[in-house]
Amino acid sequence: MSTSREKIINRAVHEIQDGMTVNLGIGMPTMLANFIPASMNVYLHSENGLLGIGPYPHENVVDPDLINAGKETVTVKEGGSFFDNAESFAMIRGGHIDLAVLGGMEVSEKGDLANWMIPGKMVKGMGGAMDIVQGARKVVIIMNHVNKYGESKIRASCELPLTGSQVVSRLITDIAVFDFTDKGMVLKEILEGANLDMIRNKTEADFSVDKNITQKEGSS
Amino acid sequence: MTKISTSFNDIVRIIQDGDTVIVGGFGLSGIPEKAIMALAEQGTKDLTIVSNNCGVDDWGLGLLLQNKQIKKILASYVGENKVFEEQYLNGELDVELVPQGTLAERIRAGGAGISGFYTPTGVGTPIAEGKEHKKFNGRTCILETGIVGDIALVKAWKGDSYGNLLYRKTSRNFNPLAAAAGNKTIAEVEELVEIGDLDPNFIHTPGLYVQHILKGENYEKRIEKRTVRA
Repeated sequence: MSTSREKIINRAVHEIQDGMTVNLGIGMPTMLANFIPASMNVYLHSENGLLGIGPYPHENVVDPDLINAGKETVTVKEGGSFFDNAESFAMIRGGHIDLAVLGGMEVSEKGDLANWMIPGKMVKGMGGAMDIVQGARKVVIIMNHVNKYGESKIRASCELPLTGSQVVSRLITDIAVFDFTDKGMVLKEILEGANLDMIRNKTEADFSVDKNITQKEGSS
Repeated sequence: MTKISTSFNDIVRIIQDGDTVIVGGFGLSGIPEKAIMALAEQGTKDLTIVSNNCGVDDWGLGLLLQNKQIKKILASYVGENKVFEEQYLNGELDVELVPQGTLAERIRAGGAGISGFYTPTGVGTPIAEGKEHKKFNGRTCILETGIVGDIALVKAWKGDSYGNLLYRKTSRNFNPLAAAAGNKTIAEVEELVEIGDLDPNFIHTPGLYVQHILKGENYEKRIEKRTVRA
């Protein structure tokens, strides 16, 4: 039995295909980089001005002039490039990034995303999230299905201030995968250890069930 | 007339109370650390700062916060700073949060003589409130305006005496945008070379954007999150 985080990461890494340009958000999405098969030629985009993020550096080559958007020291892979922030967001808004994987606080059944502020708490800022959700060709949100109080994070409509309206293409949680389509929110996959009743109980949003739904081994 | 200055303390005298100052850098990477320190020492007040971040408590723009020199800041992410939080919560500091791509483009536009532009970023969010909305090809966008600074402070790797600049790796970030958007741009560099020493094929900021250039010594280049391979 794997942890929620492992389940989400194991499933989300399959979104990344050979030849893609991908932006990974700060936190859990960044960890996906460690699971991309070495056989794939994927360029990871960092909004502070790097296309082609490499692994973390060895201690002796740590470079303060080479960081990712999470301000972590990184390396650059062969074929990588550096550019300024306006060019970086031209890549994003201009539709040149195939896939963005970001974390979420709430997702609504319409595909709205809230992931940048909680009213009453100190506001840290949205960084590049609002640009990325508008610009990336496919926006995949990864998050736990419920919050620490057991409440659904997948809402009829978001209570938190939005990062973007109708911007989510796919939502991957620790128990399910949903797509956002013209026909609304659709359950596509039931993940390990889950079943349809459990998903219904833990989901406030209204969704339909895809007729070709897949169930992972170990789901009931 | 030479653009070369030898004293950070002398050159920051062109910055006056109430000025809008655009500052390069992302996190602590590529920040004009010497000019910021001189500005902190000078104590110039009521500044409007335009910068992606606002330093940390004891470094970068955090030094200006400590001195209460900043009246207003436009930034996309200000999360790493307790002094900031205090001044924001007690109303001493006016904050305009701007999505990072919009911030970059507003500065780029300012430097390029573009007064405003429409972007889908922020539509349907608190950022869009009070802004003009317009549809293009069925997609709703909001109007954002260009930003010009009285002053821009930038940090480059190499520069020549005309002000041509070359940045190193991801320390480029907002620096070229800031350089073009300052009415007076002060560039600090790690290596200051003669005209002709830099290959014209590889200039990131052409010299006309830079009014003053100085060589900084012993860059600290603090790292916010030192991550290494296991």
